[in-house]
Amino acid sequence: MAVMREWADFTVQEAGGRTTVRLEGPLLVATIGVLDRKLREFTDPVQAVDISDAGDIDTVGAWVVWRFADEHKAPITGASEQAGKLIATVGESASTAPIAPERPPLPIRVAADTGEKVIAFGHGVVRFVGFLGMMIVASGRVMLHPTRFAYRALVRQFELVGVSAIGIITLMSFLIGIVIAQQGAAQLRQFGAEIYTINLTGRLSLRELGVLMTAIMVAGRSGSAFAAQIGTMKLTEEIDAMRTIGVSPMEALVLPRVMAAVLMMPLLGFFSSVVAIIGGAFIADLTLGIPFLTFLSRIQEVVPIYDLWVGLIKAPVFGLIVALAGCYQGMQVQGSSEDVGLRTTKAVVQAIFMVIVLDAFFAVFFTELGWA
Amino acid sequence: MSGEDHIRDDVMVEARDDVMESFGGEYPIVIEGLRNSFGHQVIHEDLSLKVRRGEILGVVGGSGTGKSVLMRSIIGLQIPDAGTIEVFGKNTIGAEPGEEAAVRSRWGVLFQGGALFSTLTVAENVEVPLKQFFPELDPQLRHEIARYKVVMSGLPEDSTAKYPSELSGGMRKRAGLARALALDPELLFLDEPTAGLDPIAAANFDSLTRELTDILGLTVFLITHDLDTLYAICDRVAVLADRKVVAVGTIPELLQLDHPWIQEYFNGPRSRGAHESHERGKSVDNNAERKA
Repeated sequence: MAVMREWADFTVQEAGGRTTVRLEGPLLVATIGVLDRKLREFTDPVQAVDISDAGDIDTVGAWVVWRFADEHKAPITGASEQAGKLIATVGESASTAPIAPERPPLPIRVAADTGEKVIAFGHGVVRFVGFLGMMIVASGRVMLHPTRFAYRALVRQFELVGVSAIGIITLMSFLIGIVIAQQGAAQLRQFGAEIYTINLTGRLSLRELGVLMTAIMVAGRSGSAFAAQIGTMKLTEEIDAMRTIGVSPMEALVLPRVMAAVLMMPLLGFFSSVVAIIGGAFIADLTLGIPFLTFLSRIQEVVPIYDLWVGLIKAPVFGLIVALAGCYQGMQVQGSSEDVGLRTTKAVVQAIFMVIVLDAFFAVFFTELGWA
Repeated sequence: MSGEDHIRDDVMVEARDDVMESFGGEYPIVIEGLRNSFGHQVIHEDLSLKVRRGEILGVVGGSGTGKSVLMRSIIGLQIPDAGTIEVFGKNTIGAEPGEEAAVRSRWGVLFQGGALFSTLTVAENVEVPLKQFFPELDPQLRHEIARYKVVMSGLPEDSTAKYPSELSGGMRKRAGLARALALDPELLFLDEPTAGLDPIAAANFDSLTRELTDILGLTVFLITHDLDTLYAICDRVAVLADRKVVAVGTIPELLQLDHPWIQEYFNGPRSRGAHESHERGKSVDNNAERKA
């Protein structure tokens, strides 16, 4: 029953110095078209608005009639009962409120945003340090009352952070070992120093890449999970419920996660380094003509033991940062599910950023110690 | 070409050629032999229902009887297994896209949670269907329409510039209603409009629904659990049970029936309470009239 649209229109009648605007056609949202625009351009004085020739009317038509009549202070004539009712209703509902919040001009917005971000960053740093302090206090309390500690939650987190990450970390580390050895050999070959590929792979894996890549992987896997879990628990008021029952969320939620990350990171990092070396040995066997077992036994001779210590010292610190960032952002969630997403992103970005900054610091520190 | 024609031409190219004629028949919605199922679970079997023009039809039924599925079938969000659904005399199942759009512009839907677009302000939400269906309208007129619709839905004037997250639950429902009414529809679907509202806000929403129905000449398909709403504003009530509409009628008519669910529903303690408070309200009104 679709029909061609019949548009609303108007005519002007002049009689005895009186101007009457007569509206014609159906005054509906579907038929009003540009009538309103034309009426707005009509600025001559009007003494009456006649709608006796108009067809059906809805609130949009009623609004157009009411607004035009109101602008010209002219009475509306010829309205049916229904039209009169609609015109009265829309007239009562007239409003001039803005439809979107006012936005200050761009330069001011940029300046204001920058200022807010800087202040928020300052507050964030203070709160993060405060969070670290709260966690230390909580661990102190747990040491005084060891029976209160959530051992089951800790074991569960060991599994989630450590055991279930083994697959992906194996794959990642093996491939990284291949890339280091293969690319390193390609460069070293130019000096006839291909044999140093073993030094490169072994030292780089144990000292830097094993732990660093593992930290990034744990940040992506577990740091984000911490933030999302704790954030959702905050939204569903589970954390408030815990507090009212007298369970400290710090002890029950944060501490097991942080401990799991701190304890699992050295294991995962070491594991990752070993797998990377195996990856390097594998590709060396295939493409460089260095036998697999020779590669591994050479590692023992060319990699100083302190390279292992460097990796193992860094690992728990990285784990602490990743877990703290995740839990901290989770606890900051407020309001809506959108915030959970934002905070999860922040947790991962923050963790990876801080891990890399600290890694640079460690690199300088250990070199100064003579562990070069 | 005169200036006036120029005004028309630059926007009229966007306007659709045809629109839906206003509906003159008695039953805007006619459902015959509807069947809906999810996997092996049959929700509706041979369901039939007619909605009269100008009435508020309350749809009740226990949880899981498919009230929302019925509404989603009518508005085309759920494709039924079998049966016909005629809206304004047009079969909506398998309709041509153009015709479907024309029918769509004649109904408004208020979803349970309001379903407002969270990145738009309330007024911008109301403007979305206007912009979609009638691009030829001036932005200025569109803003004005959005403003009066918001006020008409009982929201304070300054809420037009607010985002949905800044509104309370009751205000969000009203904003959803304003959007549902954006196109001056003939048919309005309300899915549990008073769920989650406090009794005062719920009663206000009920009277707003009744008032707008009478002024705008709407036909309302109203899904509800709220017995107060049924007594206060519904002209007829359709009862969903045993996979079909087991009865349609006024509440006194339904009370005559012998169906166990209907008896339990309308004779339960909560229903009697709602009925009594409704009767009390009426007698207070009568007294007030007598005094005046």
